Formats: sequence, C-alpha cells, structure tokens
Amino acid sequence: MDTFLQQVINGLTAGSVYAVVALGYTMVYGIIQLINFAHGEVVMIGAMVAFTVINALVPAGLPPVVIVLIGAGCAVPVCMLVGYAMERLAYRPLRHAPRLAPLITAIGVSIILQHLALLVWSRNILAFPQIIPSRTYLIGGAAITTIQIAILAICFALMAALAVLVYRTRLGTAMRATAQNAQVAGLMGIDINKVIAATFIIGAGLGAVAGVLYGTYYGIAQYTMGSILGLKAFSAAVLGGIGNIPGAMLGGVLLGIVEALGAGYIGDFTDLCQYGFFAARISDCAGGGNFVLFGSNYQDVFAFIVLILVLVFRPSGLLGERVGDRA
Amino acid sequence: MKKTQLAVTLLAAAVALAGCGDKKPAAQAEKGADKGAPAASAAAVEVKIGHVAPLTGGIAHLGKDNENGARLAIDEANAAGVKLDGKDVKFVLVAEDDQADPKVGTTVAQKLVDAKVVGVVGHLNSGTSIPASPIYNQAGIPVISGSATNPKLTEQGFKNQFRVVGRDDQQGPAIASYIASERKPKVVAVIDDATAYGEGIANEVEKTLKAAKVQVLPREKGTDKTTDWKAILTKLRGRNPDAVFYGGMDATGGPLLKQGKELGMKAVFSFGDGACTDKMQELAGSAAEGLLCSQAGIPPMAASKKFIDAYKAKFNQDPILYAPFTYDATNLLIEAMKKADSSDPKKYLPELQKISFNGATGPISFDDKGDRKDAEITIFTMKGGKIEPIAVVKAGKTLTYEEFVKTMGTAK
Repeated sequence: MDTFLQQVINGLTAGSVYAVVALGYTMVYGIIQLINFAHGEVVMIGAMVAFTVINALVPAGLPPVVIVLIGAGCAVPVCMLVGYAMERLAYRPLRHAPRLAPLITAIGVSIILQHLALLVWSRNILAFPQIIPSRTYLIGGAAITTIQIAILAICFALMAALAVLVYRTRLGTAMRATAQNAQVAGLMGIDINKVIAATFIIGAGLGAVAGVLYGTYYGIAQYTMGSILGLKAFSAAVLGGIGNIPGAMLGGVLLGIVEALGAGYIGDFTDLCQYGFFAARISDCAGGGNFVLFGSNYQDVFAFIVLILVLVFRPSGLLGERVGDRA
Repeated sequence: MKKTQLAVTLLAAAVALAGCGDKKPAAQAEKGADKGAPAASAAAVEVKIGHVAPLTGGIAHLGKDNENGARLAIDEANAAGVKLDGKDVKFVLVAEDDQADPKVGTTVAQKLVDAKVVGVVGHLNSGTSIPASPIYNQAGIPVISGSATNPKLTEQGFKNQFRVVGRDDQQGPAIASYIASERKPKVVAVIDDATAYGEGIANEVEKTLKAAKVQVLPREKGTDKTTDWKAILTKLRGRNPDAVFYGGMDATGGPLLKQGKELGMKAVFSFGDGACTDKMQELAGSAAEGLLCSQAGIPPMAASKKFIDAYKAKFNQDPILYAPFTYDATNLLIEAMKKADSSDPKKYLPELQKISFNGATGPISFDDKGDRKDAEITIFTMKGGKIEPIAVVKAGKTLTYEEFVKTMGTAK
C-alpha cells in the first residue's frame, strides 16, 4: 500500500509539472491553432537562467529560498521576452499562411533556441545547485520531500491563477473571444495582436516556473532537457483535449500518474512466473526466478498506449469539445 | 576543420576533372611532382588519426576529455618530430562527434574511412564502437578504444580492433565480487539504461552475484535519457534490497542516486565506470556520499605524473576519466607506426598486435582478441565529495588500494 501511495505521490509531482508546461501548449493552440513546438525550449531556458542566477548568488550568503526565488524571478521575465520575441518575429508574419508553415517554423525556432542555449550554457549536463535543504516527511509509509510539497503547491496555485485570469478578467474574456473567432473579436474592438502576444507571454512565464521546478526537483539541467519534457507535456495537452485549459491540467496530472503506476506495476503484472500455466513451462522460473515480459523500460510506451486509447474513443481528448469549425 | 575538408574535396574534384579532360597534362603534372619530391620532403607529410566521441549530449564532457587525451599525444609527437620512411611527418587529429548515437557512429566511421585516416582512437561508447567496427575492419584501419568496455567489441574476430581499457566481463565481476565479499548483501537490485554498455555490465554483475548465492531482483530498465527514476525506485524500495547496482552513465546515475535517498532507501548504491566521476557529487548532492563504483584500469590520478602535468598545462583542468587511456591509445598508434617505419595500416598493424608499451596507465600489451592483458579494475567510494580508490581487483584478486600502490612501488 505504501508503495502504491508513493507511486501516486511521485506521479502527482511529475504530472503537475507536465500540467503547467502543457498549459503553454494548449493556450497557444486554443488561440491560433499552432502547436508551438518551441515551448519545451522556453522551459529549458527558464531552468538555465535560474541555474546561472542561483549559482551567481550562492556565494552572497542569502537564505536559500530567497536565492531560488530571485532565480525564478529572473527566469520568468527572460522567458516572457523569449515568448514574445518568438511570437512577434517568427509566428506573427505567418499568421495567415497555410498551417504547415508556422508548424515548421515552430520546429525551426525550437532548434534555434536549443543551439543558442548550447552556445551559452555549454553542452555539458549542469548540476542544478541543490541549496534548499530537503526534508523528507513520511505519510502512511510514503516519503514526500519539502521540494515535492512546494512543487505541488506552486503548480496548483499557478493553475488556479490561470483559471481566474482566463475566466474572470477582461484579458481572459478577450482571449476566449479571440479563440472563438479572431476576425469577429477584432471587429468588436479587441486588439488581437496584443491578446495573442499576451497568450504567448503568459504561457512562457508558466514555462519558466516549470523549468525552475524541474531543475530543483531532479537536480539537473541541460540544453536538451526541453525536448522530452515538451513532448510529454504536449501529449498531456492532447490527452486532456488540446486547446482546453482544464483539459491540459487534467491531462498533465493524469499522464504523470499513469507513467508512475505503469513503470511501477507493469513488470509485476507481466512476470509470467506468477501464472501457473507459464511457470511450469519457462525454465527461468525454476527456484523463484522471474520471466518478465514487459519491464519498467516500457514505462513510456505504457503512457502512450493510454494516450492512444483515449484518442481512439475520444478523438478530441478527455475534456475537448467537438467543435465544427476547428480542425 | 570543415574548411580543410572542403578544400580537400575541391582539390579531389579538380584532379578528377583534370584527369577526365586531358591525360597528358595530368601525367606531366605527376612528373613535375616527382621532380619536386626533394623539396616536398622538407614540408611534412600529413598523417591523419581519427578520434570519435560524443561532443554533444549528456556525456559530452567525457567525450571532450577523451579528445583532449588524444590531442595531447598528437601534439607531443609533433613537437618531438617523427620521421617515417625518411620523411618528416605531421600528425593531424580528425575529431568527430558521434553524439553517442549508433547511427551517427557508423556515419562518422565511414566519413573517417573516406577521409583516409590511418588509425582511429575511439569510440567512447560501446554502443557506437560495436556498429562502427565492421566499417573500420573492412577498410583495414586499426582502431583502439580507450573506454568501450562491452566484451562484444573484441569478440567479433576483427584483427584491427583493440582496447586499452578493461572489459565489462572483468569490471562487472570485480565490483560484484567486491560488493558480495565486503558488504555481504542478501538481496541486490540491478538496473540498467538499456544501452550496450549498461546492459553488458549489469548482466555481468548479475551473473557474478548469483554465483555468489546473492538474491538478485528482476532487472529494471530506464533509458540513457531517463531523469525520473522514482517509479522504479519506489517499486524496488518495497523489496528492501541491501544494495543497488546501476549500469549507466553519470548523467542518469546522479538523479537515480538522489531520488533513491529521497525515497529513504538505505541500500548501498553502486555503479560502473560510466558513473564513477566526481560529478556524481554535484549531480546527487549529499546522497552521493558512500556510493561504490568501479573503473576499468587505474584512476586518472594514478596515471603517470608526466601525463597529468602535461594535461593540466595544456587544457587547464584535470583529466576527468578516460583521457589517460585515449592518450595511450594514440601513442600506441604512433609507436607502432614508428616501429614499422610506415603509416600504412597494413604495415604497422602487425607491430601494434605485438607491441609492448609503457604508457600513462602502465604497461600495455594486447592478447589475441585485442584486449589489454591483465587489465586492472579499481573500486572507488565517494568520500567528502571526491571519489577515492579503496581497492584494486587484478586477475581475480582483490587488494586494498594501499596494498596495490605498495605492490606498484616494489615492482618499480
């Protein structure tokens, strides 16, 4: 039981980071139907900037929490700037081009950002400074660290704040209007360019925070870290229904938990030695041996099988709506 | 580097075009070259030696370290001046990046063969060395790896394939027997990163532990990019292993170790040479204290002082891991060429096979397969942020490090 609880806690932590990153994908998709593949790289830049700032501040002797907060405080505006520049320079000129063009551009921007980071922060794997003393608490036999608690709290607070922004403010209303029909929203006096830029900026800011959390949690940062994280978050957004903000949150958390449980239990369930029929026929099983059909190396496969199953039965994702005029 | 390659290509194209156009001028040109031969011998003949390691990606720091070792050897040889077949020779290092990717590894190997290198040092990873080896073999180019430890590399019957480092089937048993005899665990968990290297060493560890009557849990696997090991570790925690062995590199091993301690695992964590660096302390923080790991060969700091001083002077840093081995590998190629008085792979390969050379990592000679004879394996532990050698396993015998250093002393 404590193992199960532990897996859920692990999955929830990783999943909430996925969810915050997934929000960046889903917001942009919701508003201009662009899959911004460079979003993962924004997350990476967030982690890298925080890495540099934190490393520079460690000798100053400030309390660790303050240093990390300053690190995040620098990463967020830098990433917002990157997000804005990306929209202004790469995507806005292509707004009315066929949809394939901005998609390819997004991949290009992703490669450019990755290699810029390589030039600035070197190709080495960077050890993210682990200055916050991590204490481990036991809940029903499951260990949870202060950092995990902080990640959960920050991620859920961010998600709540975003929900308030989108559903309770003028900017949010403008964003939703633009998402529904940009042309009509423009005619109603909404400055579409500003709204779209704001969407990119907010998404990038969330990504920056996610990057800092990721770095603090795993203790490493590298210029390639954005691609796999981006892929997972993108899958989470699709799982929840791309373009749908609560969907991205649900998708992220769900993907994290499915991954953790998949890796934790798939090996046990496919250990053929526990089934009498096979145990008698497989020589490896003799004397308490094991014959595992699918080991934990299939954890990613497992997560994506769930994704495929969801998409087969609900093509628009868990919370996605079937919208006629949306491709 | 690109520019010279372009120039070479253009030159080749020009020669080919000239050859197609009219044969006489080309022939005359050849004669002209003959006449100019005495003058040309004054200018050094270029001899290209290839080096391959990942220079991008998670283990780029190790790749660069390997390249530095090879570069140092080449620069020293050039500074000393080498004459082959009566001509001055200038060695040129052709350094390539295989990204630790088997597909890129074969592409790069072909590129080096096409560039007519006379010998290759590398690759860093077993996973890239093995698929690249048939390409070099077909071209007859001698290859010496300074770090690929998978046994399969030298088991393919290729006469041109060598390594100056121990094999996993020596390294795996060494660390496993050390764990079994010194830590006496009841249950051990084995994890690997699903690469040729990680799986190879993990298999050997498992085999040795089972032979020592230690219970081994079903194998867990990640990938060489896994950063989140919590799911696997949580599962293992439920089985209460006394020791965990991970076959993989430090970029993934560091997070694994950190997460294991965060989950409150009390097991001893042990690693192969891929995760046997001081970087583990940075990557895993205080969790790194007390880890066990093995390195084929002897620690970089036990390499000859001459090498370490030269390396520090040139690159302004300490050698990280395999640099002494790639340094030796490069020197072996040069030494064999000197003995054969030729840079022709066909002529100097026999010299390489029977070489006996005293390198930065000690005396080197090869067995029939191309493996180094009597390779030592060193066991380390992390103490106060640095990995410290605690034992040396040689030819099946375990010596404490102090004993080993003493035997080295008496031998000298």
